[in-house]
Amino acid sequence: MYKILNAFLKINRRWIFLLVLLGVLIPLVLGKGLTRSYPGAEVVKVYDFLNNLEEGDIIILSMDYDPATIPELNPMARALLRQCFNKGIRVVSLTLHPAGPGVVITLVDELLREYSQPGVNPDGSVRPVREYGEDIVFLGYKVGTAVNILALGEDVRLSWPQDYAGVELPAYGSDPTQTTLPLMCDVQNYNDVKCVVTISGTRIPEYWVAYGYQRYHVKVATGCTAVMFADFYPYLQTGQMIGLIPGMKGAADYEELINRPARAMVGMLPQSIVHLMIVGFIILGNIAYFIVRRWEKRGGGDR
Amino acid sequence: MRREVPVLICAIMGVAMIIQFFIPHPVSQAIYKTVIKWFIIIVTFAMVLGLLSLTRMHLTKLRRGDKDWFFSLVTISSLFVNLLVGFFSFRITDSFIFEGLKVPFNFFTISFATGLAAGSPFMNLFDYIQVPMQATMFSLLAFFIASASFRTFRARTVEATLLLVAALIVMVGRVPVGHMISTSIPALSDWILVNPNMAAKRGIMIGVGLGGISMALKIILGIERSWLGGGGE
Repeated sequence: MYKILNAFLKINRRWIFLLVLLGVLIPLVLGKGLTRSYPGAEVVKVYDFLNNLEEGDIIILSMDYDPATIPELNPMARALLRQCFNKGIRVVSLTLHPAGPGVVITLVDELLREYSQPGVNPDGSVRPVREYGEDIVFLGYKVGTAVNILALGEDVRLSWPQDYAGVELPAYGSDPTQTTLPLMCDVQNYNDVKCVVTISGTRIPEYWVAYGYQRYHVKVATGCTAVMFADFYPYLQTGQMIGLIPGMKGAADYEELINRPARAMVGMLPQSIVHLMIVGFIILGNIAYFIVRRWEKRGGGDR
Repeated sequence: MRREVPVLICAIMGVAMIIQFFIPHPVSQAIYKTVIKWFIIIVTFAMVLGLLSLTRMHLTKLRRGDKDWFFSLVTISSLFVNLLVGFFSFRITDSFIFEGLKVPFNFFTISFATGLAAGSPFMNLFDYIQVPMQATMFSLLAFFIASASFRTFRARTVEATLLLVAALIVMVGRVPVGHMISTSIPALSDWILVNPNMAAKRGIMIGVGLGGISMALKIILGIERSWLGGGGE
């Protein structure tokens, strides 16, 4: 028994890797996912805030992440954009991450193709037509996190005189029929937007709180990776963040709230399995460790 | 003078920005707007400086043939390939004719700022090299966490046991399966996050904040000069 437990404790880590791989792969290959999520209060707060906005209201969506966190963060960005598009909330998107533009363009392009024709959403609601320039604009990336957040408080054109494609932003308050970016005629600074939603796998949301909320009092909501969310809880309690969408679980919650289960919901089963697997590894590892240690203390060890 | 002038500029700007923050006078606001414009320019130049510094460091390593020089070569080539492809992205136009290998003059339509256009070489580099590489690196984390949790996460002391139990509850509570097992698990997980976790985080944040203020004052007053470089001379 001692030898078996000792061998178990020294198991080649490749076996653990294999188990994790199977735990992720099998549900994905079989296409099985959980049928529902259980939205946390911090996610519901973001959803409710956006859901209570009027048609035509504007938000800033700052997608501050790189390809490493696409599987976790793209589903929540996608769900947020779908909610905005369905409700008619206009979106000024930007990125403060150098690897962000490629991520944002791919996602915005995908959503605009989905909303290019009138149709029906999977839940039976009407899917309106949304267009670049009218309903969403992507400003691109600019160097400097804090300085760009501060500049947005004065005039968006200080940092972003053009959109990502080099199209000149129209002057604030100018005639929207004279430009290909009519949305930007209504945006000068934070006074013109209802909130900033920052999605990031870094500490950039803290910059939005420190420089956006504290200096200009713009409301901030955050979407983040699962490893980061514990760091942002203090901002929730103080009201410096209106809500938090944590990791793939948060994205699945959001998909549940907008009644549009998608990739995050599919990812929930493998994630649940791997979480349970890790819990099992920890428990079994500890049991085996303490039994072996007790035997060794008693002078056994060869049983 | 090489050190005194930057310290003086830093001190003047530091004090001016503190005063500006607490006095919302139109003059102060006008100065603030001007300073923001300067910041945007300075930050952009800082990136150029970083680029030059990185290039010089790796070129030096390559020239000297240091250990791991190959990684320097990869860094330099990745940097400049991305940069050049991003700036000078070409598109194959509709007039490109395969039949008879007749290639019109405008095969390479060189144009600026098309790097982010769908299907451009820059986006292809991004989609087919950067995305898979970064996603792979991040995905490996799950495998290493699983292996490390089995091998090293031991309840050897009271503190380690508390940490271990909290981690187990949060891990199960943060996935829908936890809710399916019992609604108490997510509730307990939330309690851990909102109470002990937040108390600890807040303590750390206050400490970091006070440390930041202290460091800022030392820089403004010229006591801390390591930011000038020169190995703290």
